[in-house]
Amino acid sequence: MKTNITRLSVIAASTAGATALMLAGCASQGSQSQAFPNHASPAAMKQATLAFKRDFQAKGIAGIDRLTTDKLQDVCNRSANNPSPDIAAILEHEELDRIKYPADGKFLGNWKAGEKLAQSGTGMTWSDNPEKPVGGNCYNCHQLSKTEISFGTIGPSLLNYGKLRGNSPEIQKYTYSKIYNSKAYNACSAMPRFGHVGALNETQLKDLVALLLDPESPVNK
Amino acid sequence: MKYRIAVVATLAVAGTGSVLAQAKDPTIAGIEKYREMLGDDNPAELYEARGEILWKMKAGPKNASLEKCDLGLGPGVVKGAYVQTPRYFADAGRVMDIETRINWCRTSLQGFSEADVRKRPFGSADKPSEIEDLVTYVVTASKGMKVNVPTSHPKEVEAYELGEAMFHFRAGPYDFSCASCHGESGKRIRLQDLPNLTTTADARRAYIGWPAYRVSTSRVHTMQWRINDCFRQQRFPEPKYMSEAVDALITYMAQTANGAEYKGPALKR
Ligand code: HEC
Ligand code: HEC
Repeated sequence: MKTNITRLSVIAASTAGATALMLAGCASQGSQSQAFPNHASPAAMKQATLAFKRDFQAKGIAGIDRLTTDKLQDVCNRSANNPSPDIAAILEHEELDRIKYPADGKFLGNWKAGEKLAQSGTGMTWSDNPEKPVGGNCYNCHQLSKTEISFGTIGPSLLNYGKLRGNSPEIQKYTYSKIYNSKAYNACSAMPRFGHVGALNETQLKDLVALLLDPESPVNK
Repeated sequence: MKYRIAVVATLAVAGTGSVLAQAKDPTIAGIEKYREMLGDDNPAELYEARGEILWKMKAGPKNASLEKCDLGLGPGVVKGAYVQTPRYFADAGRVMDIETRINWCRTSLQGFSEADVRKRPFGSADKPSEIEDLVTYVVTASKGMKVNVPTSHPKEVEAYELGEAMFHFRAGPYDFSCASCHGESGKRIRLQDLPNLTTTADARRAYIGWPAYRVSTSRVHTMQWRINDCFRQQRFPEPKYMSEAVDALITYMAQTANGAEYKGPALKR
């Protein structure tokens, strides 16, 4: 039931004003915003699963356990990233339920640290040093500030993110949740689940929320 | 260097991204300078020349050359062989890409062990790998020819379907598949354009420049390497060299690219 309350609070926030409408659109768009079509049949997917098990080997920190799909990945693979709306809703509820929120109830960290993190694209590959912190990879996929022109376009532009949505507790919580687990709002989102898989810790997530919402951050300048 | 340079792909694909941003990318500007400096030369030609020597040289426990190697068009036929692979090879009982096939000849004709040919598939700038030389030699002989990969043998159909499914298989800590980065048109990571390998147009453009000489690493890389490094970026474990899985992905891309004119090893970022 915690799930429903959190979801409701996001929707509730959306009634607050025009900017939040965009948020509601994004949140409810859910599984319909299919990231990439795929024509592979379920039978071929099964063969692929077997080929991955047979033809891959562990290297560095990348063990073969990474090829074992979780339930969400499984459903996305079998449905060409387009599960039926009721299945998508269940998956999104489950992902939302797994989010761990900061014990101190605060979501805003240091935007400067967030910007550094957003710039860094390292982490989680077999050639990465596991002793070094994992980067956020945000600029790989998103435009975030006017000053950084080297940005990717797999995700939407987040320029003026805070300016457009304000800085309400609901928006803060949504932003933290989205970065923690993007699939809580879009079951087969192309975006990784940074908090869920332990790539980014609570402090780092807060720093990224600040990057997106702090009025002083380059995102909102 | 007698061969004309084949600079294509990466430098020409700027189209869809922000042109302004592209123009300011120091790497791209750097490559353009580099290209000017080279004039008509592509360092891949050195690989090709070494590869030709290796092809004709007697080597291995059986002290044989590779000149009788059957790359799909009959023993000894090199010209045009590359653009008709990956294909099913009855003697091996499986679909093979060009690299897998050349290594197959090294073991069957020259007597090298499986372990020998797997030892160092990817060279370094100062220490080239023999297979990269051999592959460069063989692919260059198909320059200017149409990609015409056979699609009718059941094993070729199977490899395509497996490759396509693998391409869309999401897993790992970031839930990535190949399609996460190559499944939509007009996308990029930072300033690097990402071909949508599910479309004919982009698959062709990407395929015709590989293997490639990469300025950033100062060496020739094969398609086996390209797939290996993309799996690294996908945060997956490592695909085994020359495995059916890797060859299936290459089959999927090659069949999608069918009909394009092969440009020979390109110069890339
Ligand atoms: C591999 C690509 C990728 C990476 C890396 C990525 N994102 Fe995203 N992101 C997306 C996509 C695609 C969407 C839109 C679909 C969706 O909402 O799931 C999105 C959506 C978002 C949204 C929701 C926007 C809205 O309108 O509500 C936020 C916030 C966000 N990303 C922040 C981040 C941050 C911060 C990082 C870095 C820690 C990051 N993203 C890394 C692909 C990515
Ligand atoms: C996380 C991102 C990512 C994933 C996942 C990924 N790639 Fe790539 N791929 C790239 C980038 C970035 C480049 C361009 C590299 C460059 O320009 O140097 C690239 C380049 C390529 C190219 C060469 C394109 C050209 O025009 O030269 C091929 C072919 C390719 N990838 C195939 C694949 C396949 C097959 C998979 C899955 C096994 C895959 N990629 C997964 C990021 C990715």
